[in-house]
Amino acid sequence: MNPGRELIEMVRMAGNAVKTHVLRSSLTILGVFVGVFSIIAVMTGIRVLQANLEDAMNGLGANTFQFQRFPAISFDDADWEKYLRRRRFRVEDLDRLEQRVTLAQAVSASADFGSGEASSKYARTNPNIPGIGMTPEAFTTQNLTLGEGRGFSAADDDSGRLVCALGFDLAAKLFPQGSPLGESVKFQGISYKVVGVLAQRGALFGQSRDNFIAVPLGTARRLYGENLSVRLQVQAPNRDTYGDMVEQARGVMRAMRRVPPGDDDDFEIVSNESAVGQFRSLTSAIRLGVAAISSIALIAAGIGIMNIMLVSVTERTREIGIRRAIGARKRSVMLQFIAEAVLLSEVGGALGVVGGILFGNLLSFVVKAPPVIPWDWVGIGLAICSAVGILFGTYPAWKAAHLDPIDSLRYE
Amino acid sequence: MSLIRIQNLARRYVMGTETVHALRGVSVNIERGEYLAIMGPSGSGKSTLMNLLGCLDTPSDGSYELNGKDVARMSDNELADIRNREIGFVFQSFNLLARADALHNVELPLIYAGVPPKERRERARQALVNVGLGERMHHRPNELSGGQRQRVAIARALVNTPSIILADEPTGNLDSKTGVEILSLFEELSRRGNTIIVVTHEEEVAIHARRVIRIRDGLIAADEINLHPRAVVASAPTP
Repeated sequence: MNPGRELIEMVRMAGNAVKTHVLRSSLTILGVFVGVFSIIAVMTGIRVLQANLEDAMNGLGANTFQFQRFPAISFDDADWEKYLRRRRFRVEDLDRLEQRVTLAQAVSASADFGSGEASSKYARTNPNIPGIGMTPEAFTTQNLTLGEGRGFSAADDDSGRLVCALGFDLAAKLFPQGSPLGESVKFQGISYKVVGVLAQRGALFGQSRDNFIAVPLGTARRLYGENLSVRLQVQAPNRDTYGDMVEQARGVMRAMRRVPPGDDDDFEIVSNESAVGQFRSLTSAIRLGVAAISSIALIAAGIGIMNIMLVSVTERTREIGIRRAIGARKRSVMLQFIAEAVLLSEVGGALGVVGGILFGNLLSFVVKAPPVIPWDWVGIGLAICSAVGILFGTYPAWKAAHLDPIDSLRYE
Repeated sequence: MSLIRIQNLARRYVMGTETVHALRGVSVNIERGEYLAIMGPSGSGKSTLMNLLGCLDTPSDGSYELNGKDVARMSDNELADIRNREIGFVFQSFNLLARADALHNVELPLIYAGVPPKERRERARQALVNVGLGERMHHRPNELSGGQRQRVAIARALVNTPSIILADEPTGNLDSKTGVEILSLFEELSRRGNTIIVVTHEEEVAIHARRVIRIRDGLIAADEINLHPRAVVASAPTP
């Protein structure tokens, strides 16, 4: 018999055997299901978050990085003290960067000056709207596109004019109908004239990024004090100069902050890519953990398969004897039982893949991101199932194949 | 040339410290188309002889040529192939797969012979029709009577057109009326040129064969031609 067809025949026989013991097969399958389900669900979940993050990590413009005191993502409370002790960035730093970082195309600064309630004559918000001070260049360096109106002029900034630009959602909330341009908005008790509305940016991890009010940084300093702590953005003219520019700017910043040679930077350089990279390295730990737990689950499931296969071989001793008597080679019997083990394992694996993808994608509803199918993990999951089936099915199958045909025929 | 040439066939089993001589040197030739009964009380070695004839076991000594091929020194795989192509087994307890219908049971040897699905289904169907079970193809063994089960087993034995039909107490689990039906089926098969070897301890069964070999203590005690084999007189359905 040619090996290809032999395999098909043995898989068909295995399928019949699995079907005849529905309950027993289901319980065995359940073990594999749990192992594969947990891997696939977590991997799908992480993939959803990552896709969402990569999509949304456009807080900075092209070829731009930002100096800040805190890293983009940090989960270690111990380090927080260290970050807090770092010297703040000042607006004065901006001028020096502008002079010395010659490779930069633009530099800008922005600052948070506290949250509060915003109101128009039509509506008011909860007191949780962040206020942001921005230099005129910060619109490009922070990837903020204007939907209508204009950004800030140098004159707005220099003379601290009471003008503002609204995030898309805030504008929609305060001015349900008609354009907000030229209208006035009150924020933390101060009236600003709306000169621009920003284009929609969407949500990150389910949180709107269009609910804020921006005013010129000069205005914010005039109203909230000269010592406002700022973030500094530096933009390169193109991708090629970006790397050199980062190094130049780093050197300038270390000199400005008098960091001794050999010491670590006392500031963070954050770009869209570095934030995504940080998320990746964080999730790799989660991935590793889940992979380890799932491996244990799969080994347990494999032992379950082996157990049930050994029972099955004993129960079907007579059948094996019959098959051998009418001409089955040892290899055919062995193939049949391995196929049965792999089939059990693969059915559980396939169900686990489907269930895991569905469950993992529940997260995509929560964070309002498009669902994903992690094809690579689907492949890996099913491959592992085959390996488990073969690994744990081989001994029972070997046992079946090496039964003595004469004794098996007499077996009651 | 003889279909089966056996010379000095011996089989010993080691059981603990003791060696059991089940067969002590049996020589016999069997021609194509013979209808032969092997008789003997239990413990005589007839089962051992049957296992050797059926290529389920290999001898400790002596030679066994089947169709000119030396079977005694064959590998496990070669023996499996010989069983598949040359031997059709009929057992006392039928030995059908309980969860498969009659058709699938009869198909089984053809699966291992590598016959394509369409052809083997057709051949299995024909074999069932030949034993008078054309109407029962999709019944499982537990939905069939003892006689019908044995017919399925006979159809399975015949489906790959073997050189020998080897029947081990084929009527042992049947009532006498059904037993007679099965024997008449054997007679019919013999008339069509099949070689049939029946292993039995019942004179009633052996009396239908044309040659009777009696085994005692691992040796052939008698090898007689039955000049007047009794024809089965029964209203058995003609296949």
